[in-house]
Amino acid sequence: MAQAAGMVTTVPPIDDAPSSPPPRDEPRRRTRTTWRQALRKDWRLYSFVVLPVLFFLIFKYVPMIGNVIAFRRFRPGGSPLGDEWVGFYYFDMFIHNQQFWQVFGNTVILGLLTLVICFPLPIVLALMLNELRSRRFKKIVQTISYLPHFMSIVIVAGLVLQLTAVSGTVNQVVEAFGGDAIAFMQQPDWFRSIYVSSEVWQTVGWGTILYLAALTTVDDQLYEAARIDGANRWQQTWHITLPGIRPTMMVLLILNIGSFMAVGFEKVLLLQNPLIYSTADVISTYLYRVGIQSAQFSYGTAIGLFEALIGLVLVLTANFVSRRTVGASLW
Amino acid sequence: MVTGMPTPDLAAVRTEATTVKDTAGYRTFKVVNVVVLLLVCAVTLYPFVNLVAKAFSSEGFIAAGEVNLLPRGFNVETFQYVMGDAMFWTNYKNTVVYTVVGTFVSMALTTPYAYALSRRHLKGRTFFIGIAVFTMFFSGGLIPNYILVADVLGMRNTLWAIVLPGAISVFNLLVMKSFFENFPSDLEEAAAIDGLTTYGIFFRIVLPLSKAVLATMTLFYAVGLWNSWFNAFLYLDQKELFPVTVYLRNMIAAASPAADPTQDAVQIGANIQSVTMLLTVLPIICFYPFIQRYFVSGVMLGSVKG
Repeated sequence: MAQAAGMVTTVPPIDDAPSSPPPRDEPRRRTRTTWRQALRKDWRLYSFVVLPVLFFLIFKYVPMIGNVIAFRRFRPGGSPLGDEWVGFYYFDMFIHNQQFWQVFGNTVILGLLTLVICFPLPIVLALMLNELRSRRFKKIVQTISYLPHFMSIVIVAGLVLQLTAVSGTVNQVVEAFGGDAIAFMQQPDWFRSIYVSSEVWQTVGWGTILYLAALTTVDDQLYEAARIDGANRWQQTWHITLPGIRPTMMVLLILNIGSFMAVGFEKVLLLQNPLIYSTADVISTYLYRVGIQSAQFSYGTAIGLFEALIGLVLVLTANFVSRRTVGASLW
Repeated sequence: MVTGMPTPDLAAVRTEATTVKDTAGYRTFKVVNVVVLLLVCAVTLYPFVNLVAKAFSSEGFIAAGEVNLLPRGFNVETFQYVMGDAMFWTNYKNTVVYTVVGTFVSMALTTPYAYALSRRHLKGRTFFIGIAVFTMFFSGGLIPNYILVADVLGMRNTLWAIVLPGAISVFNLLVMKSFFENFPSDLEEAAAIDGLTTYGIFFRIVLPLSKAVLATMTLFYAVGLWNSWFNAFLYLDQKELFPVTVYLRNMIAAASPAADPTQDAVQIGANIQSVTMLLTVLPIICFYPFIQRYFVSGVMLGSVKG
């Protein structure tokens, strides 16, 4: 689960540690240092590592072990790792649950919509910004479009609910065109459009940063050569700019695919209400409701594990395909 | 280091260097481009403008759908009302405390770890990086986390439930690590020759020369904590411990179209909501120019290796 709201989602600088070159100053000594030697020499450095490693073990890895309660019956007040093995009982339970498949479908639809719409738009915006001659205007547009990224999801949800209220601005526009006011948040048909629009509003500007950085690395000589060959602006963009930022695009695409199943849990939770569950309920919010609010811990954990595994498989697959086809990958 | 990063602006150099005459099609495109970008700005800003307008309007005009860009029935009584609520201030103060303590804890854990991971000779380095990176792609899930924090560790209704579970952001960790890796090694070598230990080098050489990256990371954490609500919502059930985001969340939930009709007594006016939202984002807006610059440089720093 996302821990901090408003966290930066972008390319993590994952260092491929195993392939990094050996330190320059040390001649290739084949004799590997033992742990005892390493500890004696670097004990101060290791002291830096102790607390963070404990942090990861306790707050990240213990919960992974805690997933065993998906296979064991958990009783509040009993053992935190469950009381007895029940095998795939809880998985059976959600697989045969109509409601689960409804939220599963909602998750896939909402995830796909988000991916298809929110992934390409920052690229388009970055290309548009890149065509601006006025540096100052560009700076102003950037500063304004980054702003929503810094807002708490609670604020974003609050703004969305106000704008879509019966007396809100959106309905005033509808009425100005002769329509009747719509109670947007009470009609399941509207939820997806509203969610995706708010997601675009919040992420499109900030999403341009990495593309704008990548655009600066495209070699100018390529453009000159293309111009000499008679390529027009559009052809230059299509044949030089886009291939130039392709690695960035692929890495961001892989990361987006990885978070596909989690579809903005916090925002959906804040925006949804029982009247629109038929479209607005997704796996993570359903899990929250049955798992935490109704205290069906084992059942909820089974669903969570299922979701996390799909996410992991998606990111690994996307990474693999991308490495094979375009040679860009996370690691 | 940070300030020396290439800014996205350099991209403009290419277009400026173009001296060839533009085609009619491209000239049209440029006009359309500017118009579309102006629209983007307008759409981005409108919700904020509307929020300010509502905050100074009276409830009657808002309910009638007459408040858009400018306040109607201008008044500041809503501000007096919201600021007169003692719980609002208690929760606001909680947000400040959670943000300050959380940022401190996060930095105290992240910085030394990033430094240790940046030392290429450290035995076990790959393992230490690996256990962090793996958590980006697979996590224990909501419920095991909840059981751990609330039941096993007994952190319910404590500051620690807000501050500890997300204390290290792997993204921030990796950004910092790559910063320390590019730190000029001769400085550290000279310090080592002068007899400084690892601690001495870290605290007296490395940290003072890393102020930019430290400021960036501090802001990353602080903004994240200021905006966060879910951990607090999950682990706190005493009103006087809530951060202001949860205060706001509860207010919005009470006004939801499907809020429990039996509890209709607590319908909160849109003007009160607007004022609360405005006061919550105020610090972010005030520091925005500053925050934005550091955030951008932090992300660029992180992308160097990506």
